Amino acid sequence: MAIDHDLKSAIAVTRLGLGAKDGEIAAARNDPEAYLIAQIRPEGADQPQTNAPTAAERFNEFRAYQQERQAAKQVGDAKTDPVKMAARMLRDDTGVDFVARVRLAASTDAGFRERWALFWANHFTVSANKLVTATVVGPFEQEAIRPHVFGRFEDLLVASSSHPAMLLYLDQAQSIGPNSMAAQFQARAGKHVGLNENLAREIMELHTVGVDAGYSQADVTEFARAMTGWSISGLREPDAGRFTFRDRAHEPGARTIMGRRYAEGGEGQARAVMKDLAASPHTAHHLAVKIARHFVADDPPPTLVARLQRAYLDTNGQLSVVAKTLITSPETWNPTAAKFKTPYEFLVSSWRAAGVLPQDIAAIAPVMNAMGQKAFSAPSPKGWPEEKEVWCAPDAVIKRMGWSEAFAAKAVGDRDPAQIAANALGARLSPLVAKTIARAETRPEGLSILLMSPEFQRR
Amino acid sequence: MTREDIACQATLPRLSRRQAMWGGLGLGITVQFMGSRAYADSQGALAQKRLVVIVCRGGLDGLSLSPPVGDANYSALRGAIAIPGFGEAGGALKLDDTFGLHPAMGATHALAVKGQARIVPAVATPDRERSHFEAQDVLESGASVVYGTSSGWLNRALEAMGPAGKVKAISVGPTAPLILRGPIEAASWSPGGAAGVDPRLPGILGDLYAHDPLLGPALASGMATQAMAKIAVADVAQSEGMMTDSQVNAGGVTLAPVLRQGLPQARKLGATLAAFMTQPDGKQVAAVSIDGFDTHANQGAAQGQLALRLAYVDAFLDGLASGLGPSWNNTVVVLATEFGRTARVNGTAGTDHGTASTALVLGGALKKGGIVGDWPTLAQARLFENRDTAPTLDMRGLFKGVLRDHMGVERAKLDTQVFPGSAGVAPADGVVA
Repeated sequence: MAIDHDLKSAIAVTRLGLGAKDGEIAAARNDPEAYLIAQIRPEGADQPQTNAPTAAERFNEFRAYQQERQAAKQVGDAKTDPVKMAARMLRDDTGVDFVARVRLAASTDAGFRERWALFWANHFTVSANKLVTATVVGPFEQEAIRPHVFGRFEDLLVASSSHPAMLLYLDQAQSIGPNSMAAQFQARAGKHVGLNENLAREIMELHTVGVDAGYSQADVTEFARAMTGWSISGLREPDAGRFTFRDRAHEPGARTIMGRRYAEGGEGQARAVMKDLAASPHTAHHLAVKIARHFVADDPPPTLVARLQRAYLDTNGQLSVVAKTLITSPETWNPTAAKFKTPYEFLVSSWRAAGVLPQDIAAIAPVMNAMGQKAFSAPSPKGWPEEKEVWCAPDAVIKRMGWSEAFAAKAVGDRDPAQIAANALGARLSPLVAKTIARAETRPEGLSILLMSPEFQRR
Repeated sequence: MTREDIACQATLPRLSRRQAMWGGLGLGITVQFMGSRAYADSQGALAQKRLVVIVCRGGLDGLSLSPPVGDANYSALRGAIAIPGFGEAGGALKLDDTFGLHPAMGATHALAVKGQARIVPAVATPDRERSHFEAQDVLESGASVVYGTSSGWLNRALEAMGPAGKVKAISVGPTAPLILRGPIEAASWSPGGAAGVDPRLPGILGDLYAHDPLLGPALASGMATQAMAKIAVADVAQSEGMMTDSQVNAGGVTLAPVLRQGLPQARKLGATLAAFMTQPDGKQVAAVSIDGFDTHANQGAAQGQLALRLAYVDAFLDGLASGLGPSWNNTVVVLATEFGRTARVNGTAGTDHGTASTALVLGGALKKGGIVGDWPTLAQARLFENRDTAPTLDMRGLFKGVLRDHMGVERAKLDTQVFPGSAGVAPADGVVA
C-alpha cells in the first residue's frame, strides 16, 4: 500500500516515535524511513540526565538503611526520624530517576530510539513494588538495558539477568543449590535454605522462549539449579552491591534443560543455557510478536511477525537489524492507527506537542497513579499490558479528560491550538477534529480537544 | 462543591437507604428481612441480587489464607512460615477442626462465625502451567484453555442474565480487568474524578467520539459513573464523618492517589464500592483486583508481607459488607486467585508457584455450611506432582454454582456461553441458600 510522504512522516513520528514536537514531522518528511533508521546506533539508547549513582551504590545505601533500621528496632523503635528520613531519601532518588526519564522522553530528537529502549525496559521489567527494587530500577535501565538495545539479544539477556536489580526483583540473589556447600553448611546449623525458581521461570516464560515453547516444570527447576550462585556481593565484600558468582551456593552437577545437557561449569552453566535460549526459534517468534504488537497493532500482522522473526534468526539476534526490519516493513505503515496510547505515552506525547518539559515528581506521580500506570511499578514481571481494552476503560478516559483540561490551561499560553494540532499530528489530523479545535471557545479548550481527540489518543 | 450541594442532589435515595440501615442495626434481622422481601416483591428477585468477584493476583497462598493447622503434615511442610495452631500466639482463627483463617482476617472470621463466609480450600482453574499470566487469563476468561476467548466470563454472564443494561456492572480501578471485558458495557471507577471539568468538554468530545467504537462508549459510561460517584463518595464520607472537599472535588490536577495500601483506605474503598451498589439503579455486579500475592521470598507467617496483604483484603471486605447494609443479605462475594503455591516452604522462606488454592465465598446470601469441596489433605502421596495442594474442585464449577443459584443463570448458558465447553464441569451445589 503506497502512502504519501505527508502521512508517512506523521506516522513515523507519532507511531514509531513518542509523538511530534514542533517541526518534527516536517523534519521527517523527506525520507521518513531514513529519519528513523538514523536513530539506530551501536552504543545503544540515550541515557537520562541524572547524577544517579550506580545500582551498586544505591543498593549499598539501601543496606545501610536496613542496618540502621534494625539497630533502631533493637532499642525499641524502628520509626525514628533518621530512619524515616533515610527511607524518604531513598524514595526521592527513585523520583529523580523517573523525572529524568520523562524529561528525556519529552525532549529527545530521537523518539524512535527512546521508544525502542522503553520497549526493552518493559520486556525486562523490574518493578518498584518494594523499596529495595525502587532504589535500583532507574540504574537498572541505565546499566543493563539502554547500552544493549541495538546489540545482540543474548547480551541484553545476560546483562538483565545478572543485574542486581533483576536478581533482587525476582528473588534470584538468595537462591541456593540444595546440595551446594552453602546449603550443607546451613543444614548443620539447623537452617533450611534452597532453590527459588522465580527468575529462572520468568526468563523462560517472559524473556525468551515463551510459555508455549514446550518446556516442563522439570526444565524450570533444572534452570533454577543452573542459576544458583548468581548473586550480589555483600557490603563487606569486594565490589559490594555488584553481581557476584557464589560458587559455594551453586548446585553442583550437570543439568538437562529442554532436552539439552549442560555440563557443570559454575557461573558459565547458566550462561550456556541463556545462549541457547536466546538462539531458539521460539525466542525469535516470541520477541517478533511482542515487537509487532507494541509498535503496530495489538493483533499484529502475521507477515510482519514473520519478517521480524527471520531478521532475528538470520543475524543471531542482532537487535539493530530487527529494528531496521521493523522500519522497512510495509505493515508498519498501515494508515490506520491501531494502537491506543498508554498513560505514559499519552503524557509524553502531550508534553512534546505542547513543548513542555515536566519538572516535578510530585505533580507527575499522582497523575500516573490515577491513570493506572504508577511510575516504575508494572503490576507484574510481564510488564505493562499492550491491549487497548485495558487502557481505554471508562474511568481512564475520565482521568485523561480531567488531566488534559488542567494541563491545557497551564500549557497553551497565547499560542494557537490549531497550529499546535497541525504540528502534533500532521496529515493524521482529521478535518472534523481540526474544525472542532478551530471552533473552540478558548485556547485551553482547543488544546484539550486536541489531546483528547481520537487520533491523538492513538498512534 | 459543598456537603450541602451533594446532600441536596442525593437526599431522597440516600435517606431511604440510610433509614433502612439504621433500622436494621437497631432492630436486628427482622427489619432487614422485611425490607428485602418487600423490595424483592416489588422489584423482582434478580434486581435485588449483588455479586462481587475479587481477583487476587500473583498466586495467593491458600495454605496461609485458610491454614489447615489440623492437617498432620501442615506444620512440617511449612516450617518457619506455618501459621500457629488455634489458641497459640498469632494462631489461626478457628473454622473447624482442620481449618482456620489467617490471624489478619479478623473481620472475615467474624462473618464466618455467622455463617456468612466459607472457604473453598482446594480449588483450581483448568490450567496447570503455573504461569501467572496463563492462569490469570484462564481464571478471568472462563475458557478451558489459555487465550481461548478475549472476553471475560463475568461479562458473558451479564449477557446471559438478560438484555444489555438489565444488570449493570462496575470494575474498581483505572484499567479494565479481563474478567469484565466483552460485549456488555461495564462501568469502571477509581478515586479521583472529573468534578473540575468544564461541562462543555464532555459534550464536545461526545460528538467527536460518535463513531469511535472504543472512546465513545467509554466516555459515556465514565460520565454516568461520575454522577454516581458523587453520591457514593459523599455517602461514605458522611457515614465516616470525615468528608473533605478534596475527596469529592478531586478532578483535574489534584487527582487522589489510587488504591493506597493503608487499611483505612481499604475499608473506605470497600464502603465506596458498596455505595455504588446500593444506589437506586445501582451496579449489581462488581469486579475488583487486588495484587501483590506473589510471595517467593520472606512471605512471613502471622506477621509479614503476606499478612499485610491479607489485612488489606480483610479491611476491604469489612468495608464492603458494612457498607452494603441490608443488601448484604442478597450478596455473594467470591474471592479467587490464579493458582496456589507450593505446599513446602522454599529455600528463601517463601513459596513458589503451585496449583490449587483457597477461594473465599462471603455474603448474607450464602448457605450455612462447612468447607466447599473436598480437602485432599497434605499427605505426601496426595500432593499434586509431589509439590502442590491437589485440586478437588474446578474453579468454573464454583463460579457456575454461584451464577446459577444466586443470579439465576440457566445451566445450558453456563455450560456453553459463560464457560465454553464446560458441560462436564458441574456447578457446585449448596453454596448459596
